[in-house]
Amino acid sequence: MTVLVVAEQVDGAFRKVTFEALSAARQLGDDVTALVLGNGIQGAAAELGKYGAVKVLVAEDEALAEYTVDAYTHVVADVIGQAAPAVVVIGATTQGKELAARLSARLDVALASDCVALKLEGDQVVATRPMYGGKILADVALSGTPAIAALRPNIFAAAESPAAGTVEQVAANVGEVRTQVKSKQLETGKIDLTEAEIVVSGGRGMGGADYSVIEALADALNAAVGASRSAVDEGWRPASDQVGQTGKTVSPKLYIACGISGAIQHLAGMSSSKVIVAINKDPEAPIFTKADYSIVGDLFEVVPALTEEIKKIR
Amino acid sequence: MEILVLLKQVPATESMIAIADDGVSIKTDGLKYVINPYDELAVEEALKIREAQSGTVTIVSVGPAKTTEAIRTALAMGADKGVLVDPGDVQCDNLAVAKVLAAVIREMPCDLIIAGHRAVDDDNFQVGPAVAELLGMPNISMVVKEEIADGKITCTCSVEGGTKVVDAPLPALISTQRGLNDPRYASLPGIMKAKKKPLETKSLTDVGFDAAQLAAKVVIKAMKTPPERAAGRIIEGDSAQAKVAELVKALHQESKVI
Repeated sequence: MTVLVVAEQVDGAFRKVTFEALSAARQLGDDVTALVLGNGIQGAAAELGKYGAVKVLVAEDEALAEYTVDAYTHVVADVIGQAAPAVVVIGATTQGKELAARLSARLDVALASDCVALKLEGDQVVATRPMYGGKILADVALSGTPAIAALRPNIFAAAESPAAGTVEQVAANVGEVRTQVKSKQLETGKIDLTEAEIVVSGGRGMGGADYSVIEALADALNAAVGASRSAVDEGWRPASDQVGQTGKTVSPKLYIACGISGAIQHLAGMSSSKVIVAINKDPEAPIFTKADYSIVGDLFEVVPALTEEIKKIR
Repeated sequence: MEILVLLKQVPATESMIAIADDGVSIKTDGLKYVINPYDELAVEEALKIREAQSGTVTIVSVGPAKTTEAIRTALAMGADKGVLVDPGDVQCDNLAVAKVLAAVIREMPCDLIIAGHRAVDDDNFQVGPAVAELLGMPNISMVVKEEIADGKITCTCSVEGGTKVVDAPLPALISTQRGLNDPRYASLPGIMKAKKKPLETKSLTDVGFDAAQLAAKVVIKAMKTPPERAAGRIIEGDSAQAKVAELVKALHQESKVI
């Protein structure tokens, strides 16, 4: 059984979720093929062998240097047609989810997005995925071939498992590209919320847009900064920072909630974190019922003190 | 400008969700249903574009009969008309829903389709791009700003670590992300007017499908609730410094996450 993993790279560096996807693919079968799309990326491709890719297909074209849904759908659909995998595994990133959705319609095949577990029952892929913002976990059976599974970042372990990693160029027929990327504004070095190992979030208790105490703690921990919906609604933080049912779901090793009361929508978005710390001055805040470690106190005293304490050990 | 909005009715996000006795669906008794929050952004954006350029805003939905409530709310916000396809007993997965939406849209004039980037019930991120694919249209996801000029739509999109600007020729489908706008409330006169606006309900047969053509490829086998988290320990101490020292010790030595 062939499993095809669609890799995601940014400027020649693979996203962590690509390694996670390869490891998950290895659990389904030994015949794991990776597909890398880009331009001038052949050098990086061999790295995928380390995580279990027996074969690494490389599709290169100027039009693949930047992800566009048109070009990527075209090339991936072609490769699926030739490699005939039983399962296609993609990282459930912004582009991965879009590409998976478009592919499912082009190929008329099943898609489970944002999967947190993947297994075979006989020949059938059964994926576990959150619904209702994480309030429910559903096991879904995917019929037909290939089944597409987009995997939520930070859930599957990325385990090294050396395989041949034979690099092979494949044809890159990009088709008609209608969506054009005009520009990008990326904060370099910024850790994305969904991939971060540690997240520090601030909520209504911040009282304003000054997140300097949160940012200082995040810096000390090499963490990403998140926010509750109320902080976003107040305009203190951008919507892309929002954790919860109408924002992002995060699964870090450590989640530190500062001045967040813990509305059900927020809890749904972060309760799969390994360890939760809550800092809030209201001892009745619902967040304390979900936190592993709770500190009742003023976040503007506790958080800077915590930053100093962390610096001592890091 | 003929603008279509894809809309789904979903349980309000503050709802407690419980699993029904069949183990593969949720208990719906007493749930409050609303327009999917991302679709509400889509309705608002469609109204803004219509206000700037004139045209028509049509709400298109696939769902049970009660979805008319959500469509009426969108009409009360200012949309012009609505079409609902009620699949009856047929269990449609997301791709089947996309096929039905695409079939309905093919029969309508259309310059722009606006969808939520996901529905907050299924959370499958599939319907918008799938509808665009089935219609042979370009799509742009996670839009936080858009501008239409010279037959093109230019969008600022939210991506990991920042934003990017993407454009595509019309007709196109865009999907919304929070930050795009603040949806208006339905006004009382709006609610009165909405009662008289056209809202058509169709069956799968009306739009040319039978159940076999829409057989679900994704079937829910079981549902469970995530493991309950219990309250852990409250860290006591005489001062903030004493508390954080204890916390860091616990994170470092007990749970080993830092």
